[in-house]
Amino acid sequence: MAVAERRILFKHIDEPGYTVDIDCYLKHGGYEDLKKAIKLEPQFIKDEVKKSQLRGRGGAGFSCGVKWGFIDAKKTTKPIYLICNADESEPGTFKDRQIIHKDPHQLIEGMIISCFANSVHLAYLYIRGEFPEGARILEKAIAEAKAKNFLGKNILGAGYDLEIYVHRGAGAYICGEETGLIESIEGKRPYPRIKPPYFPAVLGLYMCPTIVNNVETLCNVKHIVNMGGEAYARIGKPNNTGTRLIGVSGDVKKPGYYEFECGAITLGELIYDVCGGIRNDNKLKAVIPGGSSSKVMRADGRYKVKGANSEMTEIGLNDIPMDFDTFAAVGTMSGSGGVIVMDETRDMVDCIENLSEFYAHESCGQCTPCREGAQWMKKIIHRMNHGHARKEDTDLLKNVADNIAGRTICAFGEACSWPVQSFIAAFRNEFEAKAK
Amino acid sequence: MSMSKTSINPFNHDVMPDNTPLVNVNYNGKWIQVPKGLNVVEVTQSQGEFLPHYCYHEKLSISGNCRMCLFEMGMPKMDASRQPVLDANGKPEIAWMPRPQIGCATNVTEGMGIRTNSPLAVDCRKGVMEFLLINHPLDCPICDQAGECKLQEYASEYGSGESRFVEDKIKKPKHFDLGKNIVIDDERCILCTRCIRFAREVLDDDVLGIVNRGGNNTVTCHPGKHFDNEYSLNTVDLCPVGALTSKDFRFKMRVWFLKETKSICTSCGTGCNVTIGSREQTVYRLTPRHNEEVNSQWMCDTGRLNIHYLSGEDRFTRPLSRVKGELYETSWEDVLRQAGSRLKTFSGKQISLLASGRMTNEELFLTKTLIDELQVSLYDILPRQGQGDKFLRSADLNPNSIGASLLGVSNDGKNLQAIKSGIQSGDIRALLVLQEDATEAGLSVEELSKLELIIYVGLAPNATAKAAHFVLPSAGFTEKHGSMINVKGRVQRLNQAHLPPGRAMDDWEILRDLRSATTGGNGIHTIEDLFRSMSAKVPALAGLTLNKIGDHGVQLSLTAK
Repeated sequence: MAVAERRILFKHIDEPGYTVDIDCYLKHGGYEDLKKAIKLEPQFIKDEVKKSQLRGRGGAGFSCGVKWGFIDAKKTTKPIYLICNADESEPGTFKDRQIIHKDPHQLIEGMIISCFANSVHLAYLYIRGEFPEGARILEKAIAEAKAKNFLGKNILGAGYDLEIYVHRGAGAYICGEETGLIESIEGKRPYPRIKPPYFPAVLGLYMCPTIVNNVETLCNVKHIVNMGGEAYARIGKPNNTGTRLIGVSGDVKKPGYYEFECGAITLGELIYDVCGGIRNDNKLKAVIPGGSSSKVMRADGRYKVKGANSEMTEIGLNDIPMDFDTFAAVGTMSGSGGVIVMDETRDMVDCIENLSEFYAHESCGQCTPCREGAQWMKKIIHRMNHGHARKEDTDLLKNVADNIAGRTICAFGEACSWPVQSFIAAFRNEFEAKAK
Repeated sequence: MSMSKTSINPFNHDVMPDNTPLVNVNYNGKWIQVPKGLNVVEVTQSQGEFLPHYCYHEKLSISGNCRMCLFEMGMPKMDASRQPVLDANGKPEIAWMPRPQIGCATNVTEGMGIRTNSPLAVDCRKGVMEFLLINHPLDCPICDQAGECKLQEYASEYGSGESRFVEDKIKKPKHFDLGKNIVIDDERCILCTRCIRFAREVLDDDVLGIVNRGGNNTVTCHPGKHFDNEYSLNTVDLCPVGALTSKDFRFKMRVWFLKETKSICTSCGTGCNVTIGSREQTVYRLTPRHNEEVNSQWMCDTGRLNIHYLSGEDRFTRPLSRVKGELYETSWEDVLRQAGSRLKTFSGKQISLLASGRMTNEELFLTKTLIDELQVSLYDILPRQGQGDKFLRSADLNPNSIGASLLGVSNDGKNLQAIKSGIQSGDIRALLVLQEDATEAGLSVEELSKLELIIYVGLAPNATAKAAHFVLPSAGFTEKHGSMINVKGRVQRLNQAHLPPGRAMDDWEILRDLRSATTGGNGIHTIEDLFRSMSAKVPALAGLTLNKIGDHGVQLSLTAK
């Protein structure tokens, strides 16, 4: 029996008659949470976000409250910036674009509240270059919000000023890396910065304290203000609170985007109940659970998780509950919520060739292991997949990936090597079979 | 070491302020004390060891892109009460991080653990070396950097003996013109960005950048720009590989044949410290030599390239003597005897002397002795002013104006007019010209022709040599010993890299012998003797010897004239 969606962020998405206009948004209770928030103490909102245990929805799942806690408006003389990371580029991920294209004011409201809570007076909305329509919609939404005094000078008479600028990317995946994104806004090549010393909270945009949050994360802040941090924390599971936007693609009958309480649904329920099962009623072979960078899982694998009484139990793929901690425990990650489903007809070397081409194309090339390694992996896999595999290639490929992961400036190193490492770990026989 | 007095570098990672507190660091299993905040690359250096790196440079911002200096890092293990856990020896236990860190961007803090030779660190270096070489053209046999290339060095030390790369290499531009002095081979480039950072941070001339993406990244000039900076060639030294090469030096000489001689540049009053690269009788290049008190690690292109006149076809290689209107080659014995006895026939009032701010202190000292002994009344040097800049170039284009003043040979050009009138009136009948052309000092060819005796000491033909009765062939700055005092009053040493051509002699020897032929023996046999007699007479140089000046010079306390 299908688990019911719990639509909070997606509440009005695809609702007949629901438009991106501010009037429509206002009719549905829009900006009421801002009106409530602007009367609160900024620190109170930050505390509520902390209580909510909200975790970042961009991929890493870092605590939003902790991230905001790095910023102390009283201790800095520099301006504080907030950046909404709307550079949704991870293959298999298409959640933020639903909000951007269909409910932009929800994001704007979430941003304004988040800015107010962190004493930010200038925020950037960094949207990927491939979303020209999204950028247009957001520009219009910002103008509408400004006209209604939800933005600009003396917002709602509360003496608080805020401007939001939309900044369009130019088509580089690496701009989703927060420090690459910051460089991009500064007008430079989006080379991720070295950390230390350039942690955004300390030396971010224009060397000022900066918060970078994902679209979904910022939208959640609005709902945390609405229901209170503690109430929000009751949604989902402890440390895995709230809902998650999930995008399912690949070999299912009903690919699409859904919203569930965190951990309320298992992978099997998602694939078979929500998405109608595997296309042509084929057998499930593998799942990439959180965007293309997350490690692939075999359908017939056995996974160790903590049971209800903290004892370790082994479960199958279909029984894995979809939350941050469980995915981490079974050696992958919930990442950006992009679930990619592969059925028995898929050649895994062919699949990883597709992904490695993407990563080789998107490596910014700043640091050696990723610049050289991503290209090399692509070339090895391409050769293997096109009739020229050698016996030693599988080990070579694995070793190249090992020489990248953990040794680069930014997480792209892991993003490009984890898929390769995990595909080999899970489907070594298919790689070896390429060498006749 | 004190903080750099020169403000030419925005970054000095290798120089910590004197009052920096020390911290305890576990370095490869040994507890040592190092200045807090020093980065790990510098820490290894302070221990007489080396953490290999390409992109890190102590005078540039930290980029962290090459990943060659990855090391294993640890922090003190803390107990529940946030106190360090101590081992059996009472030293803090270290919790090692699984993820390697880069040495250049990691500044040491109390209790930090550093492992540069652990299996993880070694594996990281090996991996990075392999990555850097897979798309490299491996054209060492025809690469100018071969022999002084960090890729070669580290490949032999940290690389693998075999290649695992069987794919096609990435193609990039091969000899792209970056500016008037530099060519880049992008296939050799490892994208360390040192050149880009130098242009941006030290020169404030942000014309270099990277285009394309990922494996296709290419260093180039921004559209419509050229890297024609006066200091552009420093990027050739900074480039750890053979990507940036000097148009002047490329394909001229294998670097391992070059003899390296420490000296100074004489193209202006700054006196940048240089290394002369020469083979046999030819200078092939000058490269800056590190001296924080003068030029840090840099020098200008003008000075660097000002060497080709030294190997000119027109250099005098034998002494010349005028017989019946023509100059004939002769021997040193003959020319000195004749010139000396001719000179003695004039009284001091009848002799003028034009010396040079390009002469060494030793030469100037001998010149002054000659002036005194002959009682020459009118003498001077030719001042040479140019366009200075805020970086290294001095407006004083004479390398030793200060020495010429200190040793009493210079009147800042104020006597030049008097010499001219003396010649015109016939009061002055003999002229000694040392390393200058009298026509540059305002004398006309006609005036020179009126003189009964012209003795010219110099390298190559000019209007003075043409009018001279005796030409004494001398040595260029890479061919001589001696010292000069730069515009900031620092006395520095020139060392002889190679012999002057033919029978040309070092100027101080010529002057010694000329003086000997004119006024008798003087007991000076070596340049050290000469410096000793000079320092005995000149208070500012008291107590100094050429040895004491050393490779980095000595700051003099000179009182304003």
